[in-house]
Amino acid sequence: MLKLEARPAPSRWMSVASPLLALAITVLIGVALFLLLGKDPLRGLQVFFFEPLKSAYALSELAVKATPLLLIALGLAVCFRSNVWNIGAEGQFVIGAIAASGVAMLAEPGTGRWIVVPILLAGVAGGMAWAGVVALLRDRFNANEILVSLMLVYVADQALNYLVYGPWKDPNGYNFPQTITFLPATQVPRLVSGLRANIGLVIALLAVAGFWAFLFRTYAGFQLQVGGLAPAAARYAGFSSRRALWTALLGSGGMAGLAGALEAAGPLGQLTPHVPAGYGFAAIIVAFVGRLHPVGIVFSAILMSMFYIGGELAQSRLGLPKSLTGVFQGLLLFTLLACDTLIHYRVRWQRAQAVATSVTPTAATPAATAPSTSSEGPA
Amino acid sequence: MLRLELTDISKSYPAVKANDRVCLRVKPGEIHAVLGENGAGKSTLMKMIYGAVRPDEGTMRWNGQPVEIRNPQEARALGISMVFQHFSLFDTLTAAENVWLGLDRSQGLAQVTRRIAEVAGSYGLEVDPQRPVHTLSVGERQRVEIVRALMTSPRLLILDEPTSVLTPQAVETLFVTLRQLAAEGCSILYISHKLDEIRALCHHCTVLRGGRVTGEVDPTQETNASLSRLMIGAEPPQLQHQQARLGDVALSVRGLALPRLDQFGMDLHDVSFDVRCGEIVGIAGVSGNGQQELMAALSGEDARAEAESIRLFDRPIGRQSPRRRRAQGLHFVPEERLGRGAVPTLSLAQNTLLTRTAAVSGRGWVRTREVAALAQRLIERFQVKAAGPQAPARSLSGGNLQKFIVGREIDAAPRLLVISQPTWGVDVGAAAQIRAELLKLRDAGGAVLVVSEELDELFEVCDRLLVIAQGRVSPPIPTAQASVEQIGEWMSGLWAKRGAAFHQEGRHAEA
Repeated sequence: MLKLEARPAPSRWMSVASPLLALAITVLIGVALFLLLGKDPLRGLQVFFFEPLKSAYALSELAVKATPLLLIALGLAVCFRSNVWNIGAEGQFVIGAIAASGVAMLAEPGTGRWIVVPILLAGVAGGMAWAGVVALLRDRFNANEILVSLMLVYVADQALNYLVYGPWKDPNGYNFPQTITFLPATQVPRLVSGLRANIGLVIALLAVAGFWAFLFRTYAGFQLQVGGLAPAAARYAGFSSRRALWTALLGSGGMAGLAGALEAAGPLGQLTPHVPAGYGFAAIIVAFVGRLHPVGIVFSAILMSMFYIGGELAQSRLGLPKSLTGVFQGLLLFTLLACDTLIHYRVRWQRAQAVATSVTPTAATPAATAPSTSSEGPA
Repeated sequence: MLRLELTDISKSYPAVKANDRVCLRVKPGEIHAVLGENGAGKSTLMKMIYGAVRPDEGTMRWNGQPVEIRNPQEARALGISMVFQHFSLFDTLTAAENVWLGLDRSQGLAQVTRRIAEVAGSYGLEVDPQRPVHTLSVGERQRVEIVRALMTSPRLLILDEPTSVLTPQAVETLFVTLRQLAAEGCSILYISHKLDEIRALCHHCTVLRGGRVTGEVDPTQETNASLSRLMIGAEPPQLQHQQARLGDVALSVRGLALPRLDQFGMDLHDVSFDVRCGEIVGIAGVSGNGQQELMAALSGEDARAEAESIRLFDRPIGRQSPRRRRAQGLHFVPEERLGRGAVPTLSLAQNTLLTRTAAVSGRGWVRTREVAALAQRLIERFQVKAAGPQAPARSLSGGNLQKFIVGREIDAAPRLLVISQPTWGVDVGAAAQIRAELLKLRDAGGAVLVVSEELDELFEVCDRLLVIAQGRVSPPIPTAQASVEQIGEWMSGLWAKRGAAFHQEGRHAEA
């Protein structure tokens, strides 16, 4: 009989091993899935885990996808650690992209490269403003931030649609719902010419260091986390829960907005209805798989980016539906949550105990609700 | 024939051996004390008898028959009932409905209500079955729990620390009931660490220490000192009590009134008292009479009070945040250690940052080495048993964590220390150490306000006593002039009309 037994202390080893174990299980289930779909599992795995890494071009594409995930997930990690459940990063990403595009479209043929800075700042401001709505409603009216942030995603999508179908539509665009292509000056500088990876990657890696320092080396970061871990302790210490709410939401909104700006002024170069690519939602998984730790998030962002690219390749090479990406993402989160049990519990084999001279309840008093203070023992 | 016989019962948890070859023999009609410090294994043993936990080894005999009790239902079927230390009643239901919930479905509510009246009547337990539980005092709730346990006519009743929530008078009433039950042949297992009670009530006593039986004695033939030796292996150190040298008024509360925040809280009415430097003032009272609310108002966790109603060294602080108050020398130790006084998953070092910010630079950077050094110093100075500054708070035992938290606040050299339940769930050795630290702080000229439900403790450390009842605070009385009986009466809210005079005095003093 398998038995879960509480560990005296959470296992540090397992907290590192759990994501790896989860990945392994995801791969196994993936293999089974390929077999069921009648595809060669080796080929399938190759598409997901080798192709995205095999060349400089592939790595650059990997970085293009990993950068927004990393940026958004960093902000979300702070949010989740403070017990603020912003799941509307997708909307903040879209508004960031819109705000950045608004600035980018102001550029004229003579405009210098400096325009990139206000473009990115506009993205940050846009994301912050969108998250600020959530913070305001939560703070002022105690509205649930999960619902509000999620609903605002759809509002953001509609705002985007309104602009690209309406006032911002390219007059020379054959009536396609898209803005003009931004001028080259507005293009986020690339790292290597010919590859799409841009300085967004550098910004994201700097942000990793910045967030690490904020979380683990500043008093403000400490206060946020105490608010998330033990609200009563934060009240006792006198840490403001309002400040934590605003910091967490504005921070994560700003990061999502920055990611949106980098996307709009980077790989996209114009606004289309396809700006929302699900990065904001995938970043939630990235943040959790990365243990809400800035360094862990780097790895999970790369992994999730591989799933994105693998999904696209599986579509073109193997003729599999693109939704396979979502399946893999979901599987990974699901198995991770399951594997996390092993951090606090260990599995032990135990021989089924022989049922000894047990008592047969004779008197008919099977009183039911008497509570026991222990959860142990088979019920 | 023995009612219950346990032989060589052992139970291990991953980190500890909770019970190590424990033997226990209970005769019919016997009131049998199980004495031990917190963590001695009393609760685990009782849970095994009640079927909530299964022993790893050992045998259990019930009326001579070997039994294996797999769950509380089976225990109740045998005739074993238990009254837990923490009540498990639904606040919004009436007493009768609560009892009914725990019974066989075959009886109707009206029938159960009649039975409650019968049972309650025959044991002198006053219970009004129709009243919703949230309107009952803690003592009344306990009576509901006991009545519920007695409804099934048990042959063995287990009581876990039943007197921790009762006034001294209510304890006497409870004892009368228990003696009557025992006289009718029901065996009683009485779990406690209060030596006086055990000596007054129990026929037999099994002492546990570190999961093992260290003695089986007749408590009526023992002294507190000899029982205490069995329980902790040594006598608790005697406290040095000096005459207080009074200084300035540190804390002055005048006409503090606060409506409750939650439905089952307690409004505070016209609370007035002073705490001066160089004295320890104690607030006695049965839990749930406004202690929580008063503490929150003093600590700043509830900053709704009128600014002028709470003055710290003559500055109004009623609306200030806990951090502002702390900066002016008011430190507070809350009743809940895990989750309020400390963050369970964070290390001891990180937990110092809750109230100690010397290691935070002006720009908000945390100097981690200094933080760890402070935690290490606290561990050494207050003899906290912990793996080190990086040990998570929840890995410590209750007593050690309490020493750490109290140490953290005392080490900050507070001008006023407000401390709630300083030794709740703490073993005798650690409790003595914490009390000694409080006295040291007082002797160094600090002001201390202690809220406790343990009268013994208050009488031991305090210079003056106040009583809180129904959200009102009594006039102060010097400990030397107070008696347990008098404080017990006050705990029911019955202090003399002097109250009015006192409040006028207070207002004159203010004017």
